[in-house]
Amino acid sequence: MVGSVLVALLLLAAALSLLWQPWPPAEIDIPHKLAAPSAAHWLGTDSLGRDIASQLLVGSQNSIVVGVIAVGIGLGLGVALGCLAAARRGWIEELVMRASDLTFAFPALLSAIMLSAIYGPGLATSIVAIGIFNIPVFARLTRVGARSVWTRDYVLAARAAGKGGWRITTDHVLPNIANVLIVQATIQFALAILAEAALSYLGLGTQPPQPSWGRMLNEAQTMLFEAPLLAVYPGVAIALAVLGLNLMGDGLRDLLDPRLSRQR
Amino acid sequence: MLLFLLRRAATFAATLMVASLVVFAVLEWLPGSPAQVMLGDTATPESIAALEARLGLDRPAWARYTSWVGGLLRGDSATSYAYDTPTFDLIAERLQVSLPLALLAMVLTVLVALALGVYAASHHNRAGDVGVMALSQLGVAVPSFWLAILLILLFAVQLQWVSAGGFPGWSGDDGGGEGGIWPGLKALLLPALSLAAVQAAILARVTRSAVLEAMREDYVRTARAKGLSRRAVLWRHVLRNAMIPVVTIMGLQFANLITGAIVVENVFVLPGIGRLVFQAINNRDLVLVRDVVMLLAAVVVVINFVVDVLYALIDPRLRVAGDA
Repeated sequence: MVGSVLVALLLLAAALSLLWQPWPPAEIDIPHKLAAPSAAHWLGTDSLGRDIASQLLVGSQNSIVVGVIAVGIGLGLGVALGCLAAARRGWIEELVMRASDLTFAFPALLSAIMLSAIYGPGLATSIVAIGIFNIPVFARLTRVGARSVWTRDYVLAARAAGKGGWRITTDHVLPNIANVLIVQATIQFALAILAEAALSYLGLGTQPPQPSWGRMLNEAQTMLFEAPLLAVYPGVAIALAVLGLNLMGDGLRDLLDPRLSRQR
Repeated sequence: MLLFLLRRAATFAATLMVASLVVFAVLEWLPGSPAQVMLGDTATPESIAALEARLGLDRPAWARYTSWVGGLLRGDSATSYAYDTPTFDLIAERLQVSLPLALLAMVLTVLVALALGVYAASHHNRAGDVGVMALSQLGVAVPSFWLAILLILLFAVQLQWVSAGGFPGWSGDDGGGEGGIWPGLKALLLPALSLAAVQAAILARVTRSAVLEAMREDYVRTARAKGLSRRAVLWRHVLRNAMIPVVTIMGLQFANLITGAIVVENVFVLPGIGRLVFQAINNRDLVLVRDVVMLLAAVVVVINFVVDVLYALIDPRLRVAGDA
């Protein structure tokens, strides 16, 4: 419940920022730099006089874009590979699984470092890096779930009725593993937000003037003595978004698989 | 067991080899010449040609790959473009900070997680359990680099107990005589704490559910019926069996700590591997980026291998399944 409210707030903030912002988030206003919270600037301004509340609002768009695309890459490719592995077995399955093992050797941060060294830092680089790391997560989960569906009697009946691997996957396997995938997707979404924030903090993610929570923290760190609160707001935003998604994932898991909630 | 070990070792070697091919290929297929990327857009054709010759780019790709991997295996690494020093020397120097940082963070993680996890499980569904679970939920959501900034804010800015960053070195001769074991550890404490918090939150949850699971087993009831105290059963039977999933997660977490250290080292301006690779990107030092990325990927693969083997040692059933 709390998780859904937090996630709804995140979505609302992003939607609102598309239509309206208290101030243009990149507008520099040196005379009003490091202003305290007031009616004009709800959370004050940063070292360049930019409005913190507006930057936080617009920064939420970033987190959602990264989460949606990075999880989309992982879901799309990972589920396809996992289904293929479970349906074909043999060397295809072995190949998919070994490729997953290999991808795990390159955590998102490492891929992002490698890609940034070549293509330069940027939002696209970080989304691709986080997305690539999501592929084996979904591939493994899908394969395990799909293999168990493939052993069921109703799949045997479907095969006897002449259904091919593709039809069995779309008609039986995917509907039966959708729950697990949805829960995992919320968790990976939260991890993507954390990874993007870390990359932007390092300067490898979102580039100026586009506001991002991670970069706001980087800029705030140079102002710790003058304006400590600047380092608090973006962190709270990241933590609340991640907490919301994690709680929502837990809630969905309990809802979709009551056996688990009884075990707790 | 021998067959299991051989199979795992073969997979391990193959993964490492393919990982090295991936690292090499990604940096090979970059747009334009690596020399152009390293020198930037303003470089003259002469300086690009000179660097290409120095990097051996006139040789075929397979020859460069084999000499790179051969060098790595012999301990004879390439020379960093920006530092003009063998990359192994640079990495070895920075590991003196990163490795103790990751180990200290791991020790903190295990101590806190086991204590909280066992406490929560033995107070299942009571206030203590709910509190630990809420705390762990919060711990997972807080980015380690933000926690690092908050710790600096509290301990360096407000209380002024420690400096906000930097590393004095392990020897008394380093850092203008300010170095030493204790000053070194003191400088690593806050970074390790911020790295450990997230991992401890995850591990505490795993420990709690593993202990709860083990407490439901028949041998626990038998041990209690035999007259053993609750505490004795917990330490002698439950914890030992609950350790299997906990050790697996611990292995994976060590890999997380190493990559997590890249960010936290930058927060605390620690001269570790994380700072090194970050500076290498800024210097466009592809030679150094390649070797550091390969090292970190190798560390992750090695840890996964060690966890696999440990897992089999703790749980003989897996060994049998692996042999079959």
